[in-house]
Amino acid sequence: MSDKSVQNGTKKLAVKLGFAVVGMFAFGFALVPLYDVICDITGLNGKTGERVEAVQAGMLVDEQREVTIQFTTRQNDVDGVFKAEVPQMTLKPGEMKLTSYRVSNPSDEVRVVQAIPSVAPNAAALHLNKVECFCFQEQILEPGQTVDMPLRFFIDPKIPEQISKLTLSYTLYDITEKHQQAANKIASR
Amino acid sequence: MSTSSAALDHSHDDHHHGPAKGFSRWLFTTNHKDIGSMYLWFSFAMFLLGGTFALVIRAELFQPGLQFVEPNFFNQMTTMHGLVMVFGAVMPAFVGLANWMIPLMIGAPDMALPRMNNWSFWILPFAFALMVSTLFMEGGGPNFGWTFYAPLSTTYAPSSVTYFIFAVHIMGASSIMGAINVIATILNMRAPGMTLMKMPLFVWTWLITAYLLIAVMPVLAGVVTMMLFDIHFGTSFFNAAGGGDPVLFQHLFWFFGHPEVYIMILPAFGVVSAIIPTFARKRLFGYDSMVYATASIAFLSFIVWAHHMFTVGMPLAGQLFFMYATMLIAVPTGVKVFNWVATMFRGAMTFETPMLFAIAFVVLFTIGGFTGVMLAMTPVDFQYHDTYFVVAHFHYVLVPGAVFSLMAAAYYWLPKWTGYMYDENLGKLHFWMSFVGVNLLFFPQHFLGLAGMPRRIPDYALQFANFNWISSVGAFLFGFSQLILLVVVIKCIRGGKKATDQVWEGAEGLEWTVPSPAPYHTFETPPDPSLIKDQ
Repeated sequence: MSDKSVQNGTKKLAVKLGFAVVGMFAFGFALVPLYDVICDITGLNGKTGERVEAVQAGMLVDEQREVTIQFTTRQNDVDGVFKAEVPQMTLKPGEMKLTSYRVSNPSDEVRVVQAIPSVAPNAAALHLNKVECFCFQEQILEPGQTVDMPLRFFIDPKIPEQISKLTLSYTLYDITEKHQQAANKIASR
Repeated sequence: MSTSSAALDHSHDDHHHGPAKGFSRWLFTTNHKDIGSMYLWFSFAMFLLGGTFALVIRAELFQPGLQFVEPNFFNQMTTMHGLVMVFGAVMPAFVGLANWMIPLMIGAPDMALPRMNNWSFWILPFAFALMVSTLFMEGGGPNFGWTFYAPLSTTYAPSSVTYFIFAVHIMGASSIMGAINVIATILNMRAPGMTLMKMPLFVWTWLITAYLLIAVMPVLAGVVTMMLFDIHFGTSFFNAAGGGDPVLFQHLFWFFGHPEVYIMILPAFGVVSAIIPTFARKRLFGYDSMVYATASIAFLSFIVWAHHMFTVGMPLAGQLFFMYATMLIAVPTGVKVFNWVATMFRGAMTFETPMLFAIAFVVLFTIGGFTGVMLAMTPVDFQYHDTYFVVAHFHYVLVPGAVFSLMAAAYYWLPKWTGYMYDENLGKLHFWMSFVGVNLLFFPQHFLGLAGMPRRIPDYALQFANFNWISSVGAFLFGFSQLILLVVVIKCIRGGKKATDQVWEGAEGLEWTVPSPAPYHTFETPPDPSLIKDQ
């Protein structure tokens, strides 16, 4: 092989490898939506699905079974109240239930909060269907305000036999700053 | 080509064949031997720096209670120790060996992309200056562990984290360029007659390592970029409040992190596969199976990452998959260990320093491999997770594993690099002190971990006191005995018994056909194909 052809070969190979590097960098970012999709499909990581439409009357209710659902809450650097109306309830799969959560803003500033749900065990996450949930949107709380936020849900009758108890946990985050940033961005356009 | 070292000294004025003088020689060099030497010196300096951080940790853990440092500084030490050792010591040392030895082993005049080679080295000191400087900043340096899990490294990080992110970017760029160079060199620059299956195993392992680097270093760059965005630009990749997920960080990190551990050990396999046949005076047993085993390990390394995160909550199917896939790695690794032992079996063995380090590698790396299989078992891992058992495991594969192989390599090729034999007595002293030190240091940590001592905590319960005491004594013994290596290398550069071209009686391969020390330029005309032996 002459020097020229070796150099050409090297150049071509280096360019190809450079593309591989760029491709893998992009792949790293592609893993982010991929991860979400896999979590959505499988219910891994306790992620619950998006809002479901209220299923029409006549939905099958499994009269033979009872499932207990526990409602736990956690506050991530947010003071004030955040708790469920009832600590737990027992219901039949397929039955629509309504409960509510109380949240307060003891500070004297407007506060924006967001609750993030998680379900344990993971296998139950796919079968917990929320028709209406405060977790779907940001909550804007006036100074000193206390609100009751509704949660309407049902448990899919297809929930695996061995699951008789599940936990729905909400973590409340203060996202006032994030909200402000987004608002400023829109204002500056 | 037949220059002796004396002739080499007088060839300075011939600017085509000798190195330039002064500092600019090193700054502007495109010579693979110069760059290899710089990489090796740099990594040795980082090894001592990272070792100093480790000694701060072991000094603090010598007795229960808080003695010397604040907990936050302790956290900075564990973080910096890990980062400096992984990215500053082990990886650049192997790149240095690749630079020095791959062109010599395949009969190439230099690396394929010499200017890029220069660049990939010279950005490293800047990366580490950036990273180490954070220790002197307000709020201190990174304190979230070398795995920098979010949100510890984003929401709760000291403000110096941005320096850390850029340092990782630069190191990543350096590694990627080094990897591209290695692949281009191996695939395009082999001497006529040097077919792929005639390449020394060190070249093979590096070829595969380079592909691993290209596949995962960009993902690491992506992860730290996401951190940067989360910290400064209001995105929520890892921030649950904004719809992100901290577990995503762990998946992304270990998608890089697991192949990374093979990046640090595969070239070590190559080094040991070169040294054992030389001192057993036998051919390497099962060359082909070694190549295939290396490739299988590399493939498997991509599908086992989640065994680092069994405790985050995973479905049963996931746990089983990652458990079995991880255990599967023991098969090709077992093939390798078998082949090394079979190479030594009935060999005419002698025990010079490189061989001592290589044998210690085989034995101690295997211990680290066994604890790895223990950790691979999901139910068991729940108990061992984040304890000193994990620390003992990965230090056994990295210190008497990767680092011992680097020392073996340094002793093995030092006569070829300097033209003189090193001081064998000092070398053996270095080996025995390191061997005793490393086992005193890490073996008791298995017991500490099994008894439940958590990692990365500056204080511990009283019942752990004795083993920690032993471990710290071992740490100082091991740490200070590395200065012997420095003495050996400096002595060897300054003189000693002249080395022959072949250096070792049983050594085979193209690198032993050039004079000792290797002239500044080698294989400007390809070597005689008859010198290239079947493996």
